[in-house]
Amino acid sequence: MISLQVNGETKTLNSACTVADALKTWGYQSKDIAIAINGEFVPRAFYTQQPLIDNDLIDIVTPIQGG
Amino acid sequence: MAIEIVKDDQWQLYGKRFNSRLLIGTALYPSPQIMQQSIKASQSQIVTVSLRRQSPENQGGNSIWEFIKQLNCELLPNTAGCHSAKEAITLAQMSREIFNTNWIKLEVIGDEYNLQPDPFGTLEAAEKLINLGFDVFPYCTDDLVLCQRLHDVGCKVLMPWGAPIGTGRGLMNSYALQTIRERLPNVPLIVDAGIGKPSHAVQAMEIGYDGILLNTAVAQASDPIMMGQAFGEAVTAGRKGYLAGAMTKRQTAQPSTPVLGTPFWHQTN
Repeated sequence: MISLQVNGETKTLNSACTVADALKTWGYQSKDIAIAINGEFVPRAFYTQQPLIDNDLIDIVTPIQGG
Repeated sequence: MAIEIVKDDQWQLYGKRFNSRLLIGTALYPSPQIMQQSIKASQSQIVTVSLRRQSPENQGGNSIWEFIKQLNCELLPNTAGCHSAKEAITLAQMSREIFNTNWIKLEVIGDEYNLQPDPFGTLEAAEKLINLGFDVFPYCTDDLVLCQRLHDVGCKVLMPWGAPIGTGRGLMNSYALQTIRERLPNVPLIVDAGIGKPSHAVQAMEIGYDGILLNTAVAQASDPIMMGQAFGEAVTAGRKGYLAGAMTKRQTAQPSTPVLGTPFWHQTN
C-alpha cells in the first residue's frame, strides 16, 4: 500500500500504479484537468507511463474563473 | 513594431488582432449569467481564467467553465496565487495543456498583504516561460527598470499595475506609468489591477496605454452589466482622446467665445 497527498488530502492505493490508473480509481473522468506531481507538471501523454510512489504530492486542477 | 495601429484601431497581442482594448476577468460576479452578460456588454474579446484544485466529487459542479467557454473569447490564463517562479512555471504548463494556449498572465506574488508582484520571481519566471514557448503577459509593478528587463527577456506585452489588486484606487502613480510609456513607446502596455471606475480607465488610455485589464470594478459594481458597458465605452473614449491629442494646459483663463464684437463693451480710457 502507498500513501499519497492528493490536493492536500491523504489517499491510499493498494499498490504502486500509474497516474492513469490512479485517476480511474479516484473517479476523475473530465478531460479538463491537469496534473503536477511533487511540483512538476506531468503532461497528459505521460499519464499511462508515469508511476506514483509512496509520499508523492499530487495536484489535480481544473478551470475556474480568474481575474 | 510590436503594436501597429490598423484599420478600425485594431491592436495586436502576440500576433492576434483585437478590436476591443479591454481585457476582463471572469471572477467575483453575482452569478455566472451576470458574468456572461457583463462581459458581453463590455465588448471585451479577451477574458482571464485560472486553475484550482478539484476533487472528483465536485466534477459535476464546474458549470462556471461552461459559461466561460460560451463567451467564445480569447482566453488568458493566469498564475494567480503563485509565490515563486517555480510554482508559476508549473501552473503555466498546466494551463497550456488545459486551455490550449501559449498565452499566460504571469503573476508571482511577493507580498501577501497588498498582493504586490515579486519583481525578481516575475523576471525569472518570465525568462524561463519564454524559453518554453509561452507568450507572457507579466503582471508587474510600475518600476521602469523592471519593465525594461521583462521586455529584454522577451515579454512583448507589459502589464504594470495601477494599484493593488481589488483596491479600485485607480492610477496610484501616473508619473511612473507615463515614464514607462515614454521609455517603451512601441511595447503594448496594459494597466492591470487597481482600476475602480471608468474614469480611471480613461486616464490610463489618455496617457497612451494600449489596454486595460480589470475584474473587480465590473464584477462588484451595483450593476455589473451596466458597468461592463461603461468600461467598454471608457476605454474607447480614452483611446480616442489619446489619438486625437489633447490641448495644451494653460495657467490662466482664455475665453472661448470670440471677444471681437462683444456687446455692451465701451472703451473707457
